Amino acid sequence: MFAAAGVPRPQYDALFRRLLELQPSELKQRQQTADIGFLNQGITFTVYGHDEGTEKIFPYDLLPRIITSGEWATIEKGLTQRITALNLFLKDIYHDGKILNDGVIPREMVYSCKHYRREMRGVRVRRDIYVSVVGTDLVRLGDGQFAVLEDNLRVPSGVSYMLANRQVMKKVLPGLFGSYNVRPIDHYGQELLSTLRALAPSARRDPTIVLLTPGVFNSAYYEHTFLARQMGVELVEGRDLLVHDNIVYMRTTAGLRRVDVIYRRVDDDFLDPLAFRRDSTLGVPGLFNAYRAGNVAMANAIGTGVADDKALYAYAPAIIKYYLAEDPVLPNVETFLLDDEKQRRHVLENLHKLVVKAVGESGGYGMLIGPHSDAEQREEFRRRILSDPRNYIAQPTLALSRAPCFIDGQVEARHVDLRPYILYGERVKIVPGGLTRVALRRGSLVVNSSQGGGSKDTWVLSE
Amino acid sequence: MLSRVADSLYWTSRYLERAEHTARLLDLNLNLTLDQSSQVAEQRWRLVMSSLRSIEPDVSPCDAYCLTDHLTFNTDNKDSLVSCVTAARENARQVRELINSEMWEQLNRLYLRVRRARIEGVFAQPHEFYRAVEEGSHLFQGITDSTMSHGEGWHFIQLGRYIERASATATLLDINLRALLDGPGQSAGGQDYISWVALLKSCTAFESYCQTYTADLRPERIAEFLLLNPQLPRSVRFAAERIETSLQAVARLTNARQTGRAERLAGRLRATLDYSQVDEIMADNVHNYLENIQRQCAQIHFAVHQQYIAYSVEAALAS
Repeated sequence: MFAAAGVPRPQYDALFRRLLELQPSELKQRQQTADIGFLNQGITFTVYGHDEGTEKIFPYDLLPRIITSGEWATIEKGLTQRITALNLFLKDIYHDGKILNDGVIPREMVYSCKHYRREMRGVRVRRDIYVSVVGTDLVRLGDGQFAVLEDNLRVPSGVSYMLANRQVMKKVLPGLFGSYNVRPIDHYGQELLSTLRALAPSARRDPTIVLLTPGVFNSAYYEHTFLARQMGVELVEGRDLLVHDNIVYMRTTAGLRRVDVIYRRVDDDFLDPLAFRRDSTLGVPGLFNAYRAGNVAMANAIGTGVADDKALYAYAPAIIKYYLAEDPVLPNVETFLLDDEKQRRHVLENLHKLVVKAVGESGGYGMLIGPHSDAEQREEFRRRILSDPRNYIAQPTLALSRAPCFIDGQVEARHVDLRPYILYGERVKIVPGGLTRVALRRGSLVVNSSQGGGSKDTWVLSE
Repeated sequence: MLSRVADSLYWTSRYLERAEHTARLLDLNLNLTLDQSSQVAEQRWRLVMSSLRSIEPDVSPCDAYCLTDHLTFNTDNKDSLVSCVTAARENARQVRELINSEMWEQLNRLYLRVRRARIEGVFAQPHEFYRAVEEGSHLFQGITDSTMSHGEGWHFIQLGRYIERASATATLLDINLRALLDGPGQSAGGQDYISWVALLKSCTAFESYCQTYTADLRPERIAEFLLLNPQLPRSVRFAAERIETSLQAVARLTNARQTGRAERLAGRLRATLDYSQVDEIMADNVHNYLENIQRQCAQIHFAVHQQYIAYSVEAALAS
């Protein structure tokens, strides 16, 4: 927020002055108004590993994160470039494998990836778009530049909180909101719908689109119902769908209705018990064959997880260069690959300074934060790394940028990241905004909702 | 509407109706047996068990306390009150986004109320507890009717409630008529008087009976009232009319091209009751007549299931 002590950055000036005017009690009262708003609307998520009553509200911080139009222009350009390149990469590895033949990426790096789907070899994907719904995690580094921390290319979540945060913000601090020129984000639902529509098999004039959820026990179930409502499409579970002659139908009281596009919030593994995990009860038997026959489209495509493998992440700049002959607009965070002997030795010597992550995990699970770890945890990770080096990467502990937050009646700085939501149908579209996640515990660097993180509204200013 | 959603709505209200019926029967019987000899009380409990189509638990001897526990709290008994309320809530939870918050909160409140209760407390003060369950169910119905849009989903809720009600009232009447008419006299005096009143009260019909026929209790009038009265909400005929109306509405809303089996069966049941004469039913075999009604209710249930929920893929593709 500040350029130097007591001097706010220009975009934070109005917020700073407004904060000076407001009494803490008044701020507190607005925070309560916001919390009640979330609770009444039932905007909740589920934390795994607890019993009944696992629904919690996602903590909301009153103060907005502000991004200037200049900063946003760079983010937009960088993300468009990155998604375009990653899509070309996915098409390539599931068809000709040129990038592998040219030795840019080691073959075994791709084939050993947990999320690589051999079944997708040679499968034609509509418009060659593999990833159409993305939520990329960005962090702001010490030099003020945004960098990509993670590409979430499978089933990214959180967009409903981005939209809900804005709704609540407009109710709770309307004056402040009005004094800024904030670009709107409310049209995300429509954009998502038109993106999905663009993926429908070309012969289907008026496609039927559904959102496939694992069901009420999923942590993001609220978001699934929210998005289905926003788009006006049916929210289905696996048991509502069936496949006959490679055509997907949903079972309605008015008979079977053909389904053309599935926005699936179910992981690859569970989509089709005949093709993938046989014990899955969430999926639809025969779905993969219908997909392969081109009778139904899916967003995202199957097997996209290979491109957000944390080890392949290290190659993203090379991928951008290879397909687009451009330099990446948004840099990567420095990443050490642990199956390289030299890098591994360096990492093992410096475990107390680094962050170690399992390559196939998400949600902040399976990671070691060096500076906050004890000797026992480091020993545990050393053992894990040595037994399966391909499964881990290490990154320097980042000085994540901080933003002012309203905590226990005071304004304090907390670490934040930024997850903008990218859509790719006919072309790449990014709604100007995103989910700013906050590590609510002082000094903590973990922003995941499952690990005690919160969020705040994110304002992208127009020129 | 997704078939799964329609099914969940149907069962939500069907289970709730069952819980309400169980609550009312237990409430009445616990009150009634207070001043009865143990022999009469035992007979009454047998009557209640058969009326709920329940099988006695494997505990012997099972006294009033044990039976109350079995019918109210035993979760191994899937027709116990707690099992029914839990099943109703679980079905509603599966379609949480399609029912409104007012309905959900009411159902959840009722669920929490019955889960919190313990047999010791309920047996000591039965009326308070069972009354709360009956009222909880009424409140849910009222909220549903006044806040939910009366579309396809609402009609599936009606179907669940009235198919359950028609069947339960027919069973209740059947069991009670058999026990009471085979008794010593048909005068409806003394001990029998209490039983006839209990039967009417089981259908919240005692006061309306008195308004219609005066307090002169006669078996054929009681049978006529519970079976054929078109205005009494718990009569079989009233329920049959609602079933037919809702099935017609569902057919219209789903653009059915031809009259389905469920609709025809419901039409037949309604017509049977419309044109029946109580003296003829009583003169003939009343037991057969009532069993036939129960069978038709079961047929309608299966036809609805076949037509809208679990239809065969081949048939659906061919049409």
